[in-house]
Amino acid sequence: MDWRWDFTFDTVLPRILPGLWVTVEVTFLSFILTLVLGLVLMLARRSRSRIISFAAGEFIEFMRGMPLLVVIFFLFFLLPEVNIYLAPFWTGVLAMGIYNAAPAAEIMRGGLQAVPKGQWEAAHALNYSTYRTWRNVILPQAIGPVVPGLGNLLILAFKETPLLSFVAVPEMPDAARRIASETYRFTEPLTVVGILFLILSLASALLIRLVERHMLTENRYAK
Amino acid sequence: MPNEKIRFEGVTKRYGALTVLDKLDLSINEGEVVTIIGPSGSGKTTVLRCLMTLESIEDGVIRIDGEPLNMMERDGTLVPASTGHLRKMRRKLGMVFQSFNLFPHLTVLQNCAEPPVLALGVKRDEARKRAQELLEMVGMSDKHAHYPAQLSGGQQQRVAIARTLAMQPDILVFDEPTSALDPETIEEVTSVIRALAVKHSYTMLMVTHQIDFAHDISDRICFFDKGRIVEQGPPAAVIDAPSEARTQQFLSKVAQAR
Ligand SMILES: Nc1ncnc2c1ncn2[C@@H]1O[C@H](COP(=O)(O)OP(=O)(O)OP(=O)(O)O)[C@@H](O)[C@H]1O
Ligand SMILES: [Mg+2]
Repeated sequence: MDWRWDFTFDTVLPRILPGLWVTVEVTFLSFILTLVLGLVLMLARRSRSRIISFAAGEFIEFMRGMPLLVVIFFLFFLLPEVNIYLAPFWTGVLAMGIYNAAPAAEIMRGGLQAVPKGQWEAAHALNYSTYRTWRNVILPQAIGPVVPGLGNLLILAFKETPLLSFVAVPEMPDAARRIASETYRFTEPLTVVGILFLILSLASALLIRLVERHMLTENRYAK
Repeated sequence: MPNEKIRFEGVTKRYGALTVLDKLDLSINEGEVVTIIGPSGSGKTTVLRCLMTLESIEDGVIRIDGEPLNMMERDGTLVPASTGHLRKMRRKLGMVFQSFNLFPHLTVLQNCAEPPVLALGVKRDEARKRAQELLEMVGMSDKHAHYPAQLSGGQQQRVAIARTLAMQPDILVFDEPTSALDPETIEEVTSVIRALAVKHSYTMLMVTHQIDFAHDISDRICFFDKGRIVEQGPPAAVIDAPSEARTQQFLSKVAQAR
């Protein structure tokens, strides 16, 4: 196997690094969407209205059984049919954001369920308003178990981005494929992409660990 | 003529087909200590939960200081209470739970100082000072920086009592305050409750299975069965010389268990 360093540094890296930036952008933007939609879905699921909670539950189940690629294709080809024209980048953000909202809602629901009923009752008996109950009693206790789960989801989101190359979002594997088809050299572009993904995963795992550590020292209630 | 503080009028509570409270009438005067005893599942906790508006009721009215709790008067008719009305009425009530329900993410001092700030708008310094006094009173001031998980059950319950008092209620409600405790720590909690009943003369409504303790501090005992008051009166009557067969049965069972 021959590995050409000049090719790696002169051709591969300059063309793949912009793709790295796209990967990071897609992941974080879609993750923000995931958090917002996940919260909405979770609240809908807990809604007192039977219809709303049923619809949210069905949507979550439906998304669980669906491969991400199908969602991506669906949005990519369907949105233009209803006269919504989005750049592939934004279609990708939308698809991944919606796709991961279902597991995010389940993770958040789990965190909320982990708060004992007695905590709601204590807040009620102490005459807390609804806002104060959530802000000062429930959320501080629910957030601890939720962070690792959402962190995993973020790492998964990084790993899902290559699927977007199917709809020509110019992220890393897409750039690698283009280089390969132009130069007939696969080793350098694919290895570089692999290493960059590894770095991304490690960096986000580290980030999550830091957030967890921060919350751990803040409370976890000095057992 | 003593002041009537709490009044249940024909209160009915159902869970589906199960009637847990059956047209309950109960009146408690200011400064009176009333204890409910009775078999498991007879609806004792439900009485307290309805009073705390933790449960809705299907029929009847609960009044505090003559004012309806779950309803309010508007243009001469009773309409379901607004959130504002409920919050106003709840200010008079404080509840101590069987399982303490302290906030695990707050220290002992924060548990007692935060609620008055968040729910009553008391100034932070003032709430802190008052919390320290109350912790002193229940003998927990040396543990003010601890988290609930670092305390024994008896200690947690004493903090929970201080937290309830920090909200300055008129009426104290206790649901089996010593049932979740190790036998060695029961006394430290009952002595605090006794002081509240005797020295501070709060109006109190309590549920307990500790018959001796109930006898000791109560002005009146209500024996409950199947969502109704079977018999009520001073401890010397209901506990020492019950007139109803069901009360006698229950008390002899409790006596055997000890
Ligand atoms: N949320 C609920 N849903 C359905 N049934 C309930 C609910 N809460 C209580 N019950 C039923 O209502 C009845 C009265 O319950 P309650 O808790 O008031 O009894 P209790 O007298 O406090 O008993 P214990 O001494 O065991 O605490 C019981 O039969 C119980 O099963
Ligand atoms: Mg009970």
